[in-house]
Amino acid sequence: MDDILLLDTTERYLKGELSAAEKADFEQLRRTTPEVDQMVVEHNMFLHQITAFGENREYKHQLYEVHERLEETGEISNGVVTGEGKVVQLWKRYKKVTSIAATIASVTALVISALVSYFSPTNKGEIVQLNRKINQVMHSYNVQSKQLNELKSKVPMYEKALNGGTSFLIDGSGFLITNAHVVKGSSTILVQNNKGQEFKAVIAHIDNMKDLAILKIDDEDFKSFPSLPYRIRRGTTDLGEPIYTLGFPKDEIVYNEGYMSAKTGYNGDTMSYQIAVSANPGNSGGPVFNRNGEVIGILSTSQPTAQGVVFAIKSRNVYQAIDSLKKEDTSYQNLKASSVSSLKGLDRVQQIKQIQDCVFMVKSFTK
Amino acid sequence: MGYFSNKAVLNKTSVKAEINEQVLLKGLAKSDAKAIETIYKNNFSMVQSFVLNNNGTYDDARDIFQEAMIVLYENAKTDSFVLTCQIKTYVYSICRRLWLKRLQHLNRYTSPAESLEETVAVEEDLEYQEKLNADFAIMERALGSLGEPCRSLLEAYYLQKKDMTDIATSFGYTNADNAKNQKYKCLLRLKKLFFSQYNIGE
Repeated sequence: MDDILLLDTTERYLKGELSAAEKADFEQLRRTTPEVDQMVVEHNMFLHQITAFGENREYKHQLYEVHERLEETGEISNGVVTGEGKVVQLWKRYKKVTSIAATIASVTALVISALVSYFSPTNKGEIVQLNRKINQVMHSYNVQSKQLNELKSKVPMYEKALNGGTSFLIDGSGFLITNAHVVKGSSTILVQNNKGQEFKAVIAHIDNMKDLAILKIDDEDFKSFPSLPYRIRRGTTDLGEPIYTLGFPKDEIVYNEGYMSAKTGYNGDTMSYQIAVSANPGNSGGPVFNRNGEVIGILSTSQPTAQGVVFAIKSRNVYQAIDSLKKEDTSYQNLKASSVSSLKGLDRVQQIKQIQDCVFMVKSFTK
Repeated sequence: MGYFSNKAVLNKTSVKAEINEQVLLKGLAKSDAKAIETIYKNNFSMVQSFVLNNNGTYDDARDIFQEAMIVLYENAKTDSFVLTCQIKTYVYSICRRLWLKRLQHLNRYTSPAESLEETVAVEEDLEYQEKLNADFAIMERALGSLGEPCRSLLEAYYLQKKDMTDIATSFGYTNADNAKNQKYKCLLRLKKLFFSQYNIGE
């Protein structure tokens, strides 16, 4: 305990938080005890190192974000090099040459364009209209659930398997989100992590309209996570953004990637996105990540009549589900959706390594 | 006559620009978002065209440029740093140096493209950065081999500068004293890991 106090005092001393009297006492102690003095010096060095390390890491994140932002606003772009700064410098240096070249070029261009317009055949009326005829497509929903035929350790006796799906942690203390249709009508729910461990879970909140359910892991074997690697995005996502999913269409976690196709879901449903990714029964309830490793949606349904058309519920609905859960039951006040991400800037493989422990297979059973 | 008046205008604007650059550097040292963005915006495309014109891709340009931004940042943070040229020239010099070095590594090194821009000597600053990077790598490794919950706990306290009471609640300790106790144990381990490597480097 003494050591802890000493460290505490040292840190406050180094931060300059000690009162004048305390400071005098402490400096006296430093003078009389070489060990303490040495410790202070060493700790100062260490604090300096870890702070510099933290600032450097934070700054790298910032650089990454600035790049993304500038790319989004179009101020920098992959492809055509604008290079204003370089142009200005080159201009200073090669003013004369450039102006001569420009004169020659413009004369040549004029001559060529005159020749072209003189010789080229007129081609009015040859433009093909590229619109298409839209047929009424018979839509049908295909709920991405799969029948389970395997029974394992924690599986309840005398109950039969109902559905399988995917879920992921929204709060490290054991709250998961999944689709309502995965757990609807079940009497027992088991969730299984990537290592094959099973945990019992109960439905904390279910919303059939939104097709979202919050599960609470209710199992002694479950160790809570101090923090989740990803955050759940509140904002919207842009068309064409690359996305990826993790899910359990089989007994093992499966990765897939695709892109954002449309900002609305089936029949213009504004609650969901349309994404292009390959999804199979069992992917229901799985997280959809953007390249920064932020959850942007919950994979829910697909349209079997069209290829690669999958719908994902927008992630901001998770926040609404949490709010309504808190209204229903005051004992869940501590539930807080993860809002800090530590995945930005990491490559995909590293992101997945960190995420995969937070994604669970859901198995529901009925009597 | 026309030339003279032109030069006078140029001088005035360059003095203004110089003050502006100092302000930017000060902002950068404090990792001010606006300053970072301004420097980024003004210089990226220059580096992009340099890298693209020298056997590189857009992603290479981004890597190299961000590395240079880090060198500029870490140097701007030191008291002794005085920039004797434009930020643009400095960033370009570093990127050029880094990129040619990387090409050499990849054995793609052709003849050094003749520089259209002026460059300044950046060797010392790059060496300083290498030293820093080595230190950061040691810290990263030490933190990495610490394991959970130690790593998150120490990061929350020393990097995110969170309050001990907040840390206690978010990690699920019953009170701040218990969290402090745990933090102390973790810290001892981290310091041991760190200094065992760090001393070798000295």
